[in-house]
Amino acid sequence: MENRPLEYDYTVAKWFMLVTVVLGIVGMLVGVILAWEMAFPAVNTIAGSGVAEYTNFSRLRPLHTDSVIFGFTLSGIWATWYYVGQRVLKVSMAESKFLMFLAKLHFALYMVVVVAVVGTLLLGVSTGKEYADFEWPIDIGVVLVWVIWGMSIFGLIGIRREKSLYISIWYYIATFLGIAMLYLFNNMEIPTYFASGGVGAWYHSVSMYSGTNDALVQWWYGHNAVAFGFTVPIVAMIYYFLPKESGQAVYSYKLSLLAFWGLMFVYLWAGGHHLIYSTVPDWMQTMGSVFSVVLILPSWGSAINMLLTMKGEWQQVAASPLIKFMILASTFYMFSTLEGPIQAIKSVNALAHFTDWIVGHVHDGVLGWVAFMIMAALFHMAPRVFKREIYSKSLMNTQFWIQTLGVVLYFTSMWIAGITQGMMWRAHDEFGNLAYSFIDTVTVLHPYYTIRAVGGTLYLVGMFLWAYNMYKTMTSARRVEESELQNASPMGA
Amino acid sequence: MFHWLEKNPFFFAVAVFLTIAFAGLIEILPNFAQASQPVVGTKPYTTLELAGRHIYIKNNCMGCHSQLVRPFKSETDRYGHYSLSGEYAYDRPFLWGSKRTGPDLMRVGNYRTTDWHENHMKDPAGVVPGSIMPAYNWMFKNTADLDTAYAEQVTVNKVFATPYNTEIPMADGSKATVALADSVEGARAAALEEAKLVAADMKDQDVKDAVAAGQVPEIVALIAYLNSLK
Repeated sequence: MENRPLEYDYTVAKWFMLVTVVLGIVGMLVGVILAWEMAFPAVNTIAGSGVAEYTNFSRLRPLHTDSVIFGFTLSGIWATWYYVGQRVLKVSMAESKFLMFLAKLHFALYMVVVVAVVGTLLLGVSTGKEYADFEWPIDIGVVLVWVIWGMSIFGLIGIRREKSLYISIWYYIATFLGIAMLYLFNNMEIPTYFASGGVGAWYHSVSMYSGTNDALVQWWYGHNAVAFGFTVPIVAMIYYFLPKESGQAVYSYKLSLLAFWGLMFVYLWAGGHHLIYSTVPDWMQTMGSVFSVVLILPSWGSAINMLLTMKGEWQQVAASPLIKFMILASTFYMFSTLEGPIQAIKSVNALAHFTDWIVGHVHDGVLGWVAFMIMAALFHMAPRVFKREIYSKSLMNTQFWIQTLGVVLYFTSMWIAGITQGMMWRAHDEFGNLAYSFIDTVTVLHPYYTIRAVGGTLYLVGMFLWAYNMYKTMTSARRVEESELQNASPMGA
Repeated sequence: MFHWLEKNPFFFAVAVFLTIAFAGLIEILPNFAQASQPVVGTKPYTTLELAGRHIYIKNNCMGCHSQLVRPFKSETDRYGHYSLSGEYAYDRPFLWGSKRTGPDLMRVGNYRTTDWHENHMKDPAGVVPGSIMPAYNWMFKNTADLDTAYAEQVTVNKVFATPYNTEIPMADGSKATVALADSVEGARAAALEEAKLVAADMKDQDVKDAVAAGQVPEIVALIAYLNSLK
C-alpha cells in the first residue's frame, strides 16, 4: 500500500449489521412457522385460538416476505453500502458531518418504518399488493428513507477521492434508481379519507390502477423488486467482497460492463412473465417470456465473471468457509437465473404458475444466493469493523453445511410438490373429466410440505449459528492488527 | 464511452435510469391508453361487498387463492369461463394472487352458498376433509368497517368515474343499478339491509343477533363479497 489507509467510520454500518442479523432471524423464523403451518394446520392456533388472528398463516405470510425482503436484505444492502461505499470511493464518513447525520437519520427513520410495518401487517392493514402491502402513510416513510439513502450515496460520491466509480458502485446506484422508480409508480394510491371528505379509516387508500392495468404495474414492480433488491445489490456485494477476500482481481472488466448494461436493459421486460395466460395483451406475455430467457446472458455474465475470478485459486474454496459461502452463492445465482427463465417459457409456465415450484424458485434464489452472500459479506466486514478475528471457523463451516442441506431440501421438495400439483390440476380421465378434485392435489403434498419445513428449520438453525458467531466475534474474539486484514479474513479455530 | 460515464456519476445515473425505464414505457403505456373497459354484466361493488373485499385483503386471502381462470380446459372445467380483462374493470387493487394453495375463487359465487362459506370459515377441514386452511373464527366477532368501504365508493366514483347510480347493461339484456348513498348513514343503512339477506341464510345465532341489533360482523360482509364473485 502506497498511502496510509484512511480511518473509515463504520458506526452506521455496525448498526445496520446488527439489524440485518436480527431481521434475518425474525423473517426466517416467521417463514419456518408458515412452513409448519402448511404441513400441520394445527400450528396455526399454536398460541391459542384467542390470538389465532395474529398467528394465522394469512397474517404472517406478508410479514415473512416483507421482513426478508425489506428487513434482512435491505439492511444487509445498507450495512454493506456504509462499508463498501467509503472504501471504494476512498473517503471516510467522518469527513462530512452532514453525511454522517444523514446516515444516522437514515437508520433511525428506517427503524420507525420497520416497527410500523410489523404492527400494521399483523393488524391486517394492507393495500393487498404483494411486496407493496404498505398503506400510504408507511409508503411516505419508505420514500423518505429512500431519498435519504440517495442523498447519502450521491453525497459520498460527490466528495470522493477515487475518480473512477468501481463496479459495485454502479450496482448500488442502479439499486437506488430502480427501486425508486418502481416503488413510486406501483404505490400510486388515493387516500379515501381525504377524497371522501373525512369518512372511514384515515390510513386507507385505493389503487390508482384497476384490474389488468393494476396487475401489469404490480408485476412490473414485483419482479423487479426482486431484480433491484435481490440481484443488483447482491451483485454489488460479490464484486467487492470476493476479490477482496480472495486477493484476486475481477476476472474481466469487459464482461462486467457487458453484464451490467445487459442486466439494466433486459431485466425490466421480464415482469410480464408473471402474467402469462392472464388477461394482459398477448404480445406483452410473449415479451416477458422471451426477455426472461435472454436474461440468462447478463446474469450468467456476472456469475461467470465471479467464478473465473477464482481461476488458479480454487484451493481457497476448500480452505476458507467464507470463500465457500460466496462461491455457493454465485453457483446458486446461476442455478436460479436458469430456473427462472425455464419457468417463464409459456408451456412450462402453464404448468408451474400458481404452484409450489415458484415458491421453490424464490427460495433457492433468496436462501442460496441472497442470504449466503449477505452473510458472507458481513463475515468479511466483521473483523475489519470490530477489529477482531472471526470467532470460529469451524462454526462457520458447520453453518455452511447445515444451511446448504436446508436449501437443497427446500427446493427439491418444492420442485416435486409444484410439478405434482400442476400435473394433477390438469389431469383428465379417459372421458375428458377432471381426474382429481382440488383437495386431492392438496393432501398429496403433505410429505413435501413436511420436508420443506425441515429444510427451512435447518436453515434457521444456521441463522442462529451465524448470529452467535457474529456476537462472539464482536465481544470476545482475539483482537487483530490492520496488517492482518489485507485479504483473507482472520479466523479463530 | 463507459470509462467516461464511470467518472461522471450524474450522467452515469441518467444513463442507468433511461436504460431501466425504457422497458416500462414500452410495455405499460400502450395498455393504459386503452384502459380496462368493463364487459357487459360487470357491476361496481356495493358497500357491503366492498367491506367484504377489504376483509378478504385484510386477511390476505389472495396469499392462497387466485382470482384468475386461465384459458385451459382443466381450469374452465373446474372454475368456469376463463377470465376476461373487462371483468376486472372495477377491481382496485386486482386480486389475481400468485399461488394456489387453495382453489381459484374468481367465480366462487356460482357454486358455493352462504351456508357453505359459513361452515367452511368456522372449520375448513370439517367441510373439506384434508383441507389445510386455518379457521377464521374472529370474523364472526369483529365488526365490518362499512365507513371505509363507503369512503372508497365515494372516492372511486369521484376520481375514476366508477358508475354508481348509473344503469349498467346486464348479460340478459336487463339493466342494473348499484346505488351510492348520499351519506355515510345512508350507506350503513343500505349495507345493513343487504346484510340481513345474507344473515338469513346463516346459522350462527350470535351473527344473527348482531345483524338484528344493527351490527354487521365481518363474516357477513365477506360472504356478501364471495357471493358476488361470478
